[in-house]
Amino acid sequence: MNELMRRMLFLPEQGSAYARQVDRLHYFVISMTMVGFVGVAATVLWFVIRYRRRAEGEPTPTIEPRPIHEVLFVGGPLALFLVWFAIGYPLYVRLQTPPRDAMDVYVMGKKWMWKFAYPGGPNDMDDLHVPAGRPVRLLITSRDVIHSFYMPAFRLKQDAVPGRYAETWFQADKPGRYEIFCAEYCGLGHSAMLGTLVVMEPEKFDAWMTEARRSPAVAAAQDTPDAAANPVATLARQGRNLAVEYGCMKCHSVDGTRHIGPSWLDLYLRKEPLEGGGTVVADEGYLTESMMDPGAKVVKGFAPVMPTFQGRIPGPEVAAIVEFIKTLRTDAVHPAPTPGRAYEPVPGFDPTRSR
Amino acid sequence: MSPSPASIPPAPADAGAPLYLERNYLNARRGLWSWLTTLDHKRIGVMYLVLTSAALFLGGIFAMLLRIELLTPGPTIMSALAYNRTFTLHGVVMIFLFMIPAIPGIFGNFFLPLMIGARDVAFPRLNLLSVYLYLTGAAIALYGMIHGGADTGWTFYTPYSTTTVTMVWPILLGAFVLGMGSIVTGLNFIVTVHTLRAPGIGFMRMPLFVWALYATSIIQVLATPVLGITLLLVAVENVFGFGIFDPARGGDPVLFQHMFWFYSHPAVYIMILPAMGAITEVLSAFARKNTFGYRAVAFSSLGIAFVGFFTWGHHLFTSGQSTVDAGIFGVLSMFVGIFTAIKIFNWTATLYRGSIAIRTPFIYVIAFLFFLLFGGMTGIALATVALDVHWQDTYFVVAHFHFIMVGGTVAGFLAALTYWWPKMFGKSYSERWGIVGATLIFLGFNFTFIPQFLLGNEGMPRRYYSYPVRFWPLNVASTAGASVLALGFLVVLATLLLSLKYGKPAGPNPWGSRGYEWKTLSPPPEGNFLTQPTYPRMPHDYDDLNPGRGGH
Repeated sequence: MNELMRRMLFLPEQGSAYARQVDRLHYFVISMTMVGFVGVAATVLWFVIRYRRRAEGEPTPTIEPRPIHEVLFVGGPLALFLVWFAIGYPLYVRLQTPPRDAMDVYVMGKKWMWKFAYPGGPNDMDDLHVPAGRPVRLLITSRDVIHSFYMPAFRLKQDAVPGRYAETWFQADKPGRYEIFCAEYCGLGHSAMLGTLVVMEPEKFDAWMTEARRSPAVAAAQDTPDAAANPVATLARQGRNLAVEYGCMKCHSVDGTRHIGPSWLDLYLRKEPLEGGGTVVADEGYLTESMMDPGAKVVKGFAPVMPTFQGRIPGPEVAAIVEFIKTLRTDAVHPAPTPGRAYEPVPGFDPTRSR
Repeated sequence: MSPSPASIPPAPADAGAPLYLERNYLNARRGLWSWLTTLDHKRIGVMYLVLTSAALFLGGIFAMLLRIELLTPGPTIMSALAYNRTFTLHGVVMIFLFMIPAIPGIFGNFFLPLMIGARDVAFPRLNLLSVYLYLTGAAIALYGMIHGGADTGWTFYTPYSTTTVTMVWPILLGAFVLGMGSIVTGLNFIVTVHTLRAPGIGFMRMPLFVWALYATSIIQVLATPVLGITLLLVAVENVFGFGIFDPARGGDPVLFQHMFWFYSHPAVYIMILPAMGAITEVLSAFARKNTFGYRAVAFSSLGIAFVGFFTWGHHLFTSGQSTVDAGIFGVLSMFVGIFTAIKIFNWTATLYRGSIAIRTPFIYVIAFLFFLLFGGMTGIALATVALDVHWQDTYFVVAHFHFIMVGGTVAGFLAALTYWWPKMFGKSYSERWGIVGATLIFLGFNFTFIPQFLLGNEGMPRRYYSYPVRFWPLNVASTAGASVLALGFLVVLATLLLSLKYGKPAGPNPWGSRGYEWKTLSPPPEGNFLTQPTYPRMPHDYDDLNPGRGGH
C-alpha cells in the first residue's frame, strides 16, 4: 500500500522512518482532499445537470441558509483541517528536535557548493558521509546568500542563512547514495548546487573517518614540521588546499582547460583584455581585487558570475591562494590572452550526477 | 447566441430601451486627449483593461519562454542568467502589473459605481492618478527589463538582491510606485462604498462583488505601505550601505522575509478576493438564484482580509523560525481555508434549484470552483507544517499558487470579462468560440500544473535552470499543457476583439441578470444612468413567484 501510494504520487524513495511517517500523513491528506474534491465536484455537476435551464424566464425560489448550514460549512472543514494539523505539527516538532546522542556535522552552503565539516575531522565538498542507523544532527549556515539544504529522500529541508546556524536532523535506514539539492534560489549555479549524501555501514564510516583524519588536507591545516622547514612551499600548498575549500576549482582550472572562469595556468603576469575595453596585467594586486570585487574587471569572454569573497577569506589565506596561482607556470614566455569561457556559466545537465 | 433579452422583464428604467445606446461613454467625447484626461470611471476601467491585458500577454510570453527552456534537462534556448531574469520578470509582471491591479482596476472601476447607483467614484481625479501611477511604475520596471532585468526572483530575498550584479533598483522602484497606485485605488473604493450608495442600497444590500472589493481595498490600504517601506529599506541598504538585511553589515536577512511576506501574503488575497466577488455575481446570474448565504459570503471576505494579515509566517517554516511560531502560523493559515470553504459551499448551494444556463462565463465559474477547491486544499496541506518541509520551494508550491492565482484569479478575471463584456462594449461575442476558448484554458491549465504538483512531490526545487533527468517526463507534460493554455488565451483574445467589430448589439441585459449593474443601458451613457434606477429588491433576486419579498 505504501509502495503503491508512493509511486502514484511520484514521491522519492524513503530514506528514514521520519520520511515514511511524513508520507503516511501525505497519503491521508491527499485522500481526504480527493474525497472532498470529488464530493463537491459531483454535487456541482449534479446540480448543473438536474437544474439546467429548461425554459427561458423560469422563476427560482429564494433559498436562505439556516444556521445549521453555516455551522456545518465551518465545522466540517475545520475539524478535518485540525486533524491534519494534529498529525503534521508534532512531526515537524520532532524534525526540529535532534536527539541528544546525535552526531554533529556542520553544513555550509556557498555559491554553488555544499561544504561539510566534522568536528575534529575532515572537511568535505559536496559529499556528506554519514553512518546508517545513527542520528545525525546538521548545523546549517551559509557563507554568502541564503541557500536551502534539501534531501528529498528524507523529506527534510532547512534554509542556510548567512550569520546564523539552524539545526535539523535525520537517521538514515541503510547504506546508499541520496540527492542533496539547494532549494532556495541563489543565482546562476542554483540548479547545479548538487551534493550527494553517502550513507555507509557504521563500521565502514568509522574506518573512513579515521582515514580521513589522516589525510593531507587535514594534516596541512594543522602544524606540521614541514611548515617550519619551507614556509613558502607550504604557503603555496596551503593555497592549493584553500582554493579547493573555497570552491575556486569549481570555475577555474589549473591545467589550462577552458572552464567558467579563466584558467589559473600561466595566469600570473599575463596581460588580459577586459570586458568593456582596456587590459590588465594579472599581478598580485589584480588577483586579490578579483577575489574581493570580481565584477570590477572581468576578463573578456567571461560572464560576471564570480561571487565576492570580501570579508570571507582572511588576508593570509588570500596571500596563500595568490602564491599558489604564481606556482602554476609553464615555459610559455608570452602567453596569449585567455580564450573565453568553455560553455555557459552553469554546466547545465550532468548525467553522472542524476539518478 | 445569447438568450433573448425579453426572457426576464427588464428593470423599469430600461423598458423600451435601445439595443445599443448610440451616444455612450465611449463616444460622448472624442480624441486621445479626452481619454488621457478622462475622469469617467468607466473609461478608466477600459484603460486598465488595455494596460493589464498587455501585461498579461507579456507575462504569458515570459511563461512560455520558461516552459520551453524547461523542455529539456540541460540548456535549451537560453543561458542560466537569461532564465533567472525571465522568471523574475514573469513574476514581477504577472503580480504587480496584472494580478493586483487587474480586477479592481478594470471591473472595480467600471462596475462599483454602477452597482451602487453612483455616477462616479468618490475621487475621480485620484482615480485618474492611479492610472498614471500604474503607467509610471510599469515604465520604470520596463526600463529595468530593457537593461537586462533583475535576476532575484519576484521575492527579492536578501542578501541575494543586495549583492547581485544585475539591475534591481528599477524593478524595486517600479513596484514601489505601483504600490502607490494600489493604495490610491483602495482608498477611493472605501470612500465610494461609504458615501455614494444610492438610496435603497444599504450595506447589507450591496452586490457581493462590492463587498469583495471593499475587503480588498482594506488590505490594499493597510498592507501596501509595508511593501513600500521594505523596498525603501532595501534601497537604503544598497545605496548608503546601512546594515539592515545584509548579515555582513550586521543586518538580518530573515527580517526581510518577515516584512516582505507581511505584505505579500495579504497581497494574495488582494488578488483572489475580487475574483471571488466576480464569481459570486456570475454564478448567481447564470443560476438565476439569489446567492445562498449572502451574509456568510460577504463576511467571509472580511474574514479572509483580517486573518490574511496573520499568516505570513507560513512562508518561513524552513527558515529557522521558532517551532511555536510555525505552529501558530500553521493554524492561522487554516482559518483562511475555512473562510474559503464557506464561500465554496455557499456557491455550490446557490446552484440548488436554480435555472442553470451553461454559457461561456459559467464555464469559467465551474473551472474556478475546481481550481480554487484543489488549490485551496493543497494550501491547507501545506499548512500542516511537516508536509511543507518537503514541499517548500519545490514545484508543489509553484503548482499550488498557480492554481490559486491562474486558476482562481485568471478564471475569475475571464468570467468577469466575458460576463460584463456586453455591458462594457454593448456587443455580443461568439458564444461558440467563447466556449472553445474557456475549454482550452481549462484543459491546458490542468495539463500545465497537475504535473507540477507531482514534480514537487518528486522533489524538484523551483527556479531550476537545469534538472536531473528523472524530472524530464513531467516537465515535458507541463510544457505541452502550457502550449494549450496559451492557445486558449489567444482564442479568447480573438473572440472578444472580433466581437467589437462584428458582434451583434447585446442589449441592455443579455443574460437576464438582476445584478444592479444591469439596470442601465449598454454601453452605459456618460453619466451612468439616463434615469436613476430604483432598488426595490436584493441583487440577484429572481423569485417572481413571491414578488413581495426582498422589498424591505
